[in-house]
Amino acid sequence: MQLEQPLATAPLVAMRGLCKRYADRSVVDSLDLVVQEGECFGLLGPNGAGKTTTLRMLLGLTPPDSGTIQVLGEPIPERARVAREQIGVVPQFDSLDPDFTARENLVTYASYFGLRGPHIEQRIADLIAFAHLEGRENVAIPELSGGMKRRLTLARALINRPRLVVLDEPTTGLDPQARHHIWQRLRELRDAGTTLILTTHYMEEAERLCDRLAILDAGRIVASGTPRALIAEHIEPHVLELTGAGADTWGADAAPDTGVRIHRVGDLTLLYTAKPRALLERLDASDQRYLHRPANLEDVFLKLTGHDLRD
Amino acid sequence: MSSPLIPSPGVRSFAVWRRNFRVWRKILLPSALGNFGEPLLYLMAFGYGFGQLVGDLGQLPYMAFLASGIICSSTLFTASFEAMYSAYTRMAGQQTWGAMLNAPLTVDDIVLGEILWAATKGLMNATAILIVAALLGLVADLRALLALPVLAIAGFTFAACAMVVTARSRSYDFFLYYFTLVLTPMLLTGGVFFPREQFPELLQDLAYLLPLAHVVDLVRPLLTGGSLHAPLLHLLVIVAYGAVGLLVATAAVRRRLVR
Repeated sequence: MQLEQPLATAPLVAMRGLCKRYADRSVVDSLDLVVQEGECFGLLGPNGAGKTTTLRMLLGLTPPDSGTIQVLGEPIPERARVAREQIGVVPQFDSLDPDFTARENLVTYASYFGLRGPHIEQRIADLIAFAHLEGRENVAIPELSGGMKRRLTLARALINRPRLVVLDEPTTGLDPQARHHIWQRLRELRDAGTTLILTTHYMEEAERLCDRLAILDAGRIVASGTPRALIAEHIEPHVLELTGAGADTWGADAAPDTGVRIHRVGDLTLLYTAKPRALLERLDASDQRYLHRPANLEDVFLKLTGHDLRD
Repeated sequence: MSSPLIPSPGVRSFAVWRRNFRVWRKILLPSALGNFGEPLLYLMAFGYGFGQLVGDLGQLPYMAFLASGIICSSTLFTASFEAMYSAYTRMAGQQTWGAMLNAPLTVDDIVLGEILWAATKGLMNATAILIVAALLGLVADLRALLALPVLAIAGFTFAACAMVVTARSRSYDFFLYYFTLVLTPMLLTGGVFFPREQFPELLQDLAYLLPLAHVVDLVRPLLTGGSLHAPLLHLLVIVAYGAVGLLVATAAVRRRLVR
């Protein structure tokens, strides 16, 4: 009985020392990542940081140049097919089958898992309801809206009752209603004990959903932890955003104040501080335009990955 | 994914086959119309048009000669088209393969499933032509049914070769190279429309370097009641092309998608 203990607590995903190069470009560089069962883990990073490549390596679709991957107890990529029996994937780009209706998409995808016959019918009916697509089962894919397609893609990923769901930018391009719907569904999954790994550009998405996250830049993890711990560790709790005329001189004037960190992005001056009172009094006395807000994950993200555009 | 060279597909290949079959079933009517109508039109036009000028080839009416050739070339083009344009759409255009690879399918399963499907379409087409030819009285006897397994294998071979091109293709335009440099020369030297003996001997020998001539040499006697020459040798060449095609196609698609 004792022997089974370490197995039960083994991480669901363990990636160690992963490296991947394409030609001269290092896409993933000495990456270590561990995800426990039941966690919702977020992978943040600017475009080209290596998020999608990391997910592809996890699924066994991209062989790493070096390092080891273990997912659901299986070595990857050697036994990726076996691991994928228990994984659901929501890819970044729509890959619903345009030759089929919504329902036929689920039937066909089930067959890729060897799931056929009457017992899958109930599962499909449940997933149609889960995706809020009742009455649209027999609609062709091109006639579905972006939000509906996304919901169907999430439903499709659950056809095999996966222990792990991997989502690559699950809400990119969706309107707020559709995003909230997806978030609600993801929380339901998390609460039911399903492990989630997602990439995102949306900091509030990561803050709302993720138990733990890692910020990836140029193929390396530059920070990881709970959203709250990351903010506390890297950013002063108060942020003042100054815009308009005089913003830059105001920033320079505030500099002598102890404990104020200044950051300038274009016409925006950001003041980070633990003690905002004195600054706020001076700002209110002037006619400087400003916004006072608590520090958030986006501040951490921009501090660690910089403000330069990534193309 | 496991072996560096030898394809190792599994039973899930049939899920790929079945997916394509389900799509095809939706367009059953226009498909069937094409399968039966096209060979009928070709046989009528060429048979009556040319046939009057050509007369008989030995003891064989030109129509019967032509029908036993067209059944081969039609299998060639049906299987090749499916493994090129349709498979490319599923690979690059609509990400059907991408979705499969997120499920427990491998590149090896997909490549084999697609080739089997393209071969099936070739076989369905061949069956339709055989029925048309039989109704027109262009088939000698029941031995003609033996042509169907041969054409099924030939369809696999043609699809496997086309899949190699698909794996290397960056756009639909790329397929034109294969048409111009391989398929058209093979069609014209394969003995489909006129006897290969009309060519200089060198060209006759060269025609045997490609699989279609071997398919024609097997299928024509079976349909027209002639005698087979070295059937095992012909079959061996066709199977070899199919096996090498599958091997190279699998390696090429792996290199394209698993990277």
